[in-house]
Amino acid sequence: MARNFRSPTDESQPVQLLLIGLSLTFMALFLVLPLWAVFTEALKEGLGVYIASLQTPDAQSAIRLTLLVAAIAVPLNVVFGVCASWAIAKFEFKGKAFLITLIDLPFSVSPVISGLVYVLLFGAGSVLGPWLKSFGIEVLFAVPGIVLATIFVTFPFVARELIPLMQDQGTGDEEAALSLGANGWQTFWRVTLPNIKWGLLYGVLLCNARAMGEFGAVAVVSGKIRGQTTTMPLQVEMLYNEYNGAAAFALASLLALLALVTLVLKSVLEWRFGDELAASGGRH
Amino acid sequence: MDVRIAKVRKEFDRFPALHDVSLDIHSGELIALLGPSGSGKTTLLRLIAGLEMPTDGRIFFGDIDASEKTVQERNIGFVFQHYALFRHMTILENVSFGLKVRPRSSRPPAGEIRRRAMELLDLVQLSGLEKRYPNQLSGGQRQRVALARALAIEPGVLLLDEPFGALDAQVRRELRKWLREIHDRTGHTTVFVTHDQEEALELADRLCVMSQGKIEQVGTPDAVYDTPSSPFVFGFIGESSELPVTIGSNELLLDGRSVGLPASSGTSGPARLFFRPHDVELTDDDAALAGEVTASRRVGGTRRVEIEIGNNGQKVEIDLPFDHPAGQRSRISFRPRRWRLFDVKPQA
Repeated sequence: MARNFRSPTDESQPVQLLLIGLSLTFMALFLVLPLWAVFTEALKEGLGVYIASLQTPDAQSAIRLTLLVAAIAVPLNVVFGVCASWAIAKFEFKGKAFLITLIDLPFSVSPVISGLVYVLLFGAGSVLGPWLKSFGIEVLFAVPGIVLATIFVTFPFVARELIPLMQDQGTGDEEAALSLGANGWQTFWRVTLPNIKWGLLYGVLLCNARAMGEFGAVAVVSGKIRGQTTTMPLQVEMLYNEYNGAAAFALASLLALLALVTLVLKSVLEWRFGDELAASGGRH
Repeated sequence: MDVRIAKVRKEFDRFPALHDVSLDIHSGELIALLGPSGSGKTTLLRLIAGLEMPTDGRIFFGDIDASEKTVQERNIGFVFQHYALFRHMTILENVSFGLKVRPRSSRPPAGEIRRRAMELLDLVQLSGLEKRYPNQLSGGQRQRVALARALAIEPGVLLLDEPFGALDAQVRRELRKWLREIHDRTGHTTVFVTHDQEEALELADRLCVMSQGKIEQVGTPDAVYDTPSSPFVFGFIGESSELPVTIGSNELLLDGRSVGLPASSGTSGPARLFFRPHDVELTDDDAALAGEVTASRRVGGTRRVEIEIGNNGQKVEIDLPFDHPAGQRSRISFRPRRWRLFDVKPQA
């Protein structure tokens, strides 16, 4: 009896193999192969050329700018994401559904349009652009514009990660903390934040990966001034268009490496704190 | 500490949850707010705690008007139905939390905090589990941690919201007895919310029975059980059977026939007769409640018999000893030993 028994939800061996095989083939074709291509292309002319092409002033400038933009956009989006998800999960107010929809907007709008919005807002023909220029503040085709576009494109990541988590957790723990005499600040740091820390961290990783990798919106507002307003993805494209394959792929491999590091970090976190993650997933 | 609730009204988005409720809670007593869901009992508890603000009315802690005070200023201990333990903290950290968040001026030294937390864990019989996390404890243990955590801040009033609601029957009974013992030892003024009348009757010094945002009756378990002040209380507390009767010149009539129960003089006309199924006596008298047995089932040590009485086929239940010969009969005559009469509902 037992040897022939199969759980009703288990598929037969061939079906299992087919499904696993299909997923693996798909992954290999669409994920591993391109990644492998990036790295082989980058190292095609040897490690020396690879390192040299990363050390050119333009490449260095692009790397610095990308890091700077991420360093500004990610913390801002963390603050915004925590505020928004706190408001949505813990209070009842008019326009809540509207706010949730708004948060999703950057996901549903093409990045090119996100960029164009800022051109309209701060361009030469706008009201804001010339006014700010009179104070010597350049937004478009300068670092502020790139930062703004990046914030716009990446702001759903943290909020999206936290809203369901905080809604699920409700306000019970906060009420308990307050009834024990904690003030709002203590409640946030000692109770709310620890409850959401894994979701928050995950949101930050995704947000960071996108902030560094964003192309469309940034391309529109940056003006692509070499050595000044080109981020890594823009620099990659420019180098590629100039038939400078080795340099383009060297920089691209750095971006790909970032994706891999993100993935590894996430896996390490899940492995290291798996129990705690599971414990904080739902109400105990 | 005495707690006085004076004409408190609470509306949620104009929907009234409490109508002008007044209640005096005596220092050191264990009082139960009892009622079906939607009766406003939890709202009243949260108003006392300061987790909600009243739309109107005042709440006094002793002589001090606490109505405008925040939950932190009221110094209450609150135990939640789903415990609300901090899952990322150990049991010891949970219990110490209330002392650790105090401002520096009133915070005891770390050693003292630890000593007091351990003492409380000892009180709730959880010594040895202080390094565990909440998800490593059973439901009953978690609720005991929640109580220890609430007691740690030396609250003036202890408030419990359906404290045993999420536990299974066996654990509930144990914790009930245990809570009574803790109360007798610590003497905190304690208010607890429950929809379980058995729990309220067994545990509380006084009951406050609520229905539809109003207080129906406040009194000792004996008083509420033996002399319910309204049909709702009679029906909600304990088992009850109801019959529509008419008050005659000096006795009660059912379908024009005497049922052998005297009526107090004064009123006359239709009324509702309430009695307890176990508080009846069988009789051969003609003047009695008599009817056909329609169902009979064994309930623990007794037999519950359903009897159809009167021309309208009113059904009532009475209890007989399980081996009583009358349990086999198809027709039974009985009289309630104790009963109460209420006016017919205005709309009925």
